[in-house]
Amino acid sequence: MPARTSLPLSDLELDALTELVNIGVSRAATSLRDMIGKQVTLSVPRIDLLTCTEAAQTISEKESNALVGVHQAFEGDLTGRALLIFPEANSLELVRAVTGGDLPLEDIVSLEQEALAETGNIILNNCLSTIANMLNRNFKISLPQVVHGTGATIFDLSGCDESKDAVLFLYIDFNVMERDIRGYITMLMDLPALASLQKLLQEFIRRTTGEQSGA
Amino acid sequence: MTLKVLIVDDSRLARMSVIRALARLRPDFTYIEAGHPDEAITLMKVQGAQAAIVDFNMPGRDGLALTNELRAIDPDIPVAVLSANAQQEIISRTQQLGATFITKPLTEPALDAFLSEAAARQRK
Repeated sequence: MPARTSLPLSDLELDALTELVNIGVSRAATSLRDMIGKQVTLSVPRIDLLTCTEAAQTISEKESNALVGVHQAFEGDLTGRALLIFPEANSLELVRAVTGGDLPLEDIVSLEQEALAETGNIILNNCLSTIANMLNRNFKISLPQVVHGTGATIFDLSGCDESKDAVLFLYIDFNVMERDIRGYITMLMDLPALASLQKLLQEFIRRTTGEQSGA
Repeated sequence: MTLKVLIVDDSRLARMSVIRALARLRPDFTYIEAGHPDEAITLMKVQGAQAAIVDFNMPGRDGLALTNELRAIDPDIPVAVLSANAQQEIISRTQQLGATFITKPLTEPALDAFLSEAAARQRK
């Protein structure tokens, strides 16, 4: 749960953000489950204010091998990046699960990039559109890009800018039951975006609790 | 028939949302709230409740495990499990426990239906 005092959000704002992400990712997990027919388990979300390097370390500590990321940028009332990350070794298994498991290996390999992009697109769009709807806002979401790297490089490849002070780093682990598939959904937002986010969260809190006073 | 409702969610905002909907739908009902399953068990033992609304994804253990524990204290307590995670497995496990699955974000009609059912069961 949120802890850092340097985060410019109040406890209730952080709580609201965690709950929004939780609902968004839960919806995304539901659509992933529908795609592959196996239950998807989720961790409780974590939120931290980190540098890109620290965010990369967080992933590196859990995953030392090569990773695949599906990256989408969102912009509009809120600007940031969303990433679906999983071990590269899982990637064919994920494609196999999504395509139904009947395809020969060579077809799965040739479909890999496209299937990863599409799977990422469905999961991340589901998550982001749920959050946008709950905030009564629209985000423009870019096309998915597949990036390959390690925990140390995957955020750089996805456009995480180390020169910025910090990023709001949200992440949730997911596991697909009966399949060797696990991964992370993360969202990155820089500090200027955080100020816009704070306003949206305050409105959201007022709507949710029915309180008329300012946060 | 007025009920005391136990509301359990690690998110304070989510609890506030349930409390607001409850106050609009059943102004005569009372509630107790917990931010953690352990706290919920303590409240249930000490104060008791006639219905429970529990979040699914919580630190420590999930809402289904908590439902089982609440039932160990009161086998007849009506429980609603609240989640945006509407996967078939979770919905069917919820139903197997005789609990009601309610989708997040919470809507008043869904909560209303659960509260009516809970109140009707208390009358029996």
